Amino acid sequence: MDTDVVLEVRNITKQFPGVLANDHVSFQLHRGEILALLGENGAGKTTLMNIIYGLYHQDDGEVFIQGESFRALSPRDAITRGVGMVHQHFQLVEPMTVTENIILGSEVMRNKVFLDIDRARLQVDDFSRRYGLEVNPDAVIEDLPVGIQQRVEIIKALYRQAQILILDEPTAVLTPQEIEDLFRVMRHLVEQGHSIIFITHKLKEVLAVAHRIVVMRNGRVVGEALPASSTQGSLASMMVGREVILKVPKGPANPGAVVLDVQNLHVCDERGQTAVKGVTFQVRAGEILGVAGVQGNGQTELVEAVTGLRPLEEGRMILAEKDVSKAPPRRFTEQGSGHIPENRHRYGMVEPYPVSENLVLNCYYTTPFARGWVRDYAAIDAYATHLIELFDVRTPSIATPAGNLSGGNQQKMVVARELGRKIALLVAAQPTRGLDVGSIEFIHGQIVKQRDAGVAVLLVSSELDEIMALADRIIVMYKGEIIGEVDAATATREQLGLLMAGVRPEQAESA
Amino acid sequence: MNTANKKQNGRNLSALMRLTSRWSWIVVVVLFTLAVLVERTALGETWLRVFLGKSALNFALRAAVPLTLGALSGVICERSGIINIGIEGMMLAGAFGAFVVKVKTGALPLPISLFLATMTALLVGGVMAYLHALLSIRYKVNQIISGTVIITLATGLTTYFFNPDWISKGKFGDIAIPLLSKIPVLGEVLFSNGLITYMMLILVVALQVLLFHSQWGLRTRAIGEHPRAADTMGINVNRMRYYNTIIGGMLAGLGGAFLVLEAVGQFKEGMTAGRGFISLAAMIFGNWTPVGAFGAALLFGYSQALQNELLLAGVTSVPRHFISMLPYVVTIVAVTGFVGRTRPPAAEGQVYESE
Repeated sequence: MDTDVVLEVRNITKQFPGVLANDHVSFQLHRGEILALLGENGAGKTTLMNIIYGLYHQDDGEVFIQGESFRALSPRDAITRGVGMVHQHFQLVEPMTVTENIILGSEVMRNKVFLDIDRARLQVDDFSRRYGLEVNPDAVIEDLPVGIQQRVEIIKALYRQAQILILDEPTAVLTPQEIEDLFRVMRHLVEQGHSIIFITHKLKEVLAVAHRIVVMRNGRVVGEALPASSTQGSLASMMVGREVILKVPKGPANPGAVVLDVQNLHVCDERGQTAVKGVTFQVRAGEILGVAGVQGNGQTELVEAVTGLRPLEEGRMILAEKDVSKAPPRRFTEQGSGHIPENRHRYGMVEPYPVSENLVLNCYYTTPFARGWVRDYAAIDAYATHLIELFDVRTPSIATPAGNLSGGNQQKMVVARELGRKIALLVAAQPTRGLDVGSIEFIHGQIVKQRDAGVAVLLVSSELDEIMALADRIIVMYKGEIIGEVDAATATREQLGLLMAGVRPEQAESA
Repeated sequence: MNTANKKQNGRNLSALMRLTSRWSWIVVVVLFTLAVLVERTALGETWLRVFLGKSALNFALRAAVPLTLGALSGVICERSGIINIGIEGMMLAGAFGAFVVKVKTGALPLPISLFLATMTALLVGGVMAYLHALLSIRYKVNQIISGTVIITLATGLTTYFFNPDWISKGKFGDIAIPLLSKIPVLGEVLFSNGLITYMMLILVVALQVLLFHSQWGLRTRAIGEHPRAADTMGINVNRMRYYNTIIGGMLAGLGGAFLVLEAVGQFKEGMTAGRGFISLAAMIFGNWTPVGAFGAALLFGYSQALQNELLLAGVTSVPRHFISMLPYVVTIVAVTGFVGRTRPPAAEGQVYESE
């Protein structure tokens, strides 16, 4: 075998109830290489990495680490063989410090019982300096921004002498600048002889940083490519298995009357802290207003306020010429507001209910679905059948519990419910989070279709590409305020990235 | 949003802890000074004697012993992610085990008999806890249900096997520690006690230090907050949970041993009388830390002492029923006032499966 190969998987197969997550997957990782593992959600990337890291055991196939073969690893074996993993959902204990998190499981001991925190702190400091991963060893994890938390995860792996680093969707939670920073760290690491498997579904990033690309689809490796000879289009087709239109086709906006008028909005979050601080904007009929920003800058609270789910501390909201500042959610619905919520499992559906009942959650009490206290199930079923056809919701039947559908179809169901009736305002929060390219394409198309039909759309997304592809105007939220507004036609990623990081336009110019 | 929320809670909490720890020091110093004055001066002739007399303080500490041990049991289990509402049952079973062995070994010299009885209480508490761990970890039974099973089982078994004719003779006597016990009031209250009381005091300090400065403590806190993070770092989450739960059960058993071998000298049906539950309140009020739990247990113990002293002093201006309510009112106020502000381990009560 090639001595340059640090990791090889051969014919890995893993069956989960109902899905073949990995189907005879094979690839090699070379020393000093950034290998991108590209694939849609559900393509089996994460399962494969969990097998390499020993969290899952394969049904068949072999993993070779530094030429040594393993059939059933444990995380401890993987760690001692030099495999480190940065999980998509950080594996950090939030109330503990950076140092405590880093040494957990490989503690620096003073004696048999007690930790030597002082020595550990020095080691952490040393590591963070050596790899350019600056972090305060005494900071408590939950006080740190996600970009820094990710650094802690990387240091955690390096601290365990990881030679092979697996980064699972590391860019999902970062700002464009933080992503650049991560890429810098990755390049630095491979220069020092580490090898990296970079898991992602973002084409741009793959082309920017990878040395080699392995594409997965439906649990299988469908191809390999080099960035130099690939384009976003070619990779996307490989990933999805057909031609994909990456650019959302949309004509110029034709804004009409103001549908939603928000004045000086102040909203508190769960703990009573002001999360939205004096936000003012209008959304007109026939335009898409995009709200960009790093997660957790008040977007969630803003959305909940403009859908009536969260009370206002201050300010006014006019929806279709009616004051709805103190209105309950149902009045928003009745005033013609549709809502695609950020967390579809929690706020978008009742998982154990059948698809048909989920589809009438916003109108079950009106005719023809209700006759007094009694539901008319014939009418509900007819309506549901009509909607799932119209919105291409793939479900075994309308009686199937919504929780059993795939993520993409669940979201299509939510979209069908919200757009299935005539509305004046659509509030869409992270409408395509975690969906496959096909579903994203469909939902983007629907949003544009609504705009063209004269609906005012408020689109909140932490995916910059989504905002840039769909919005006509973009406002950026930072720490609960609107830090800037830009015309989508002229906006650049750099410009938006700076705003998302809290740099005001005037500051950016003077700097 | 959820993370941010937790973050804020954490901050509020640390601020609150700083504040309360400063205040509690002030309160302790003031109370100690007053207690000395009550003991040594004419102040002792006044109503202050009821509140700060040596007998009240002694009573408070004694009442706090089983509560503290129960609360420590809860801290050890829950920090590792296993909810333990079965403390009451583990304590009761421990008390019964201690009593049976004490009676059966009555012919042996008293220290040996007491030693065997204490060991039995630890063993029985540990076995009950093992059952709880088995149900909640291996069989994934809801931990509240499993805890209830432990309580019901302990109540049933001890009632069934208890023989009122059994009489235990002798118990742990007070041991005055030379020099320390001569300190006015404080020494007399703290350093002239039975062996289990000393063990409790040592355990509070030891567990506090271990929980925050040892490898075991770090891992315990990690598996109670984020078991997956610990697992990915090669820590065997469920094995540690078994260990911690069993150690917790042994602590609860020791609490039962205190009741039989140090406080009462005999066993009565249902003699724990809700102490396991008050322990849980003390654990929550003490924010899942050993020292905090001890402080809370002292407060609850003191409210019992006060009830006792007020009744003895023959206070008639308030109906005695209201005085009898005092410990419960204090518990309710403490727990409802603070419960939203303390922070339980995040993964408490959740089954952990590595695949």
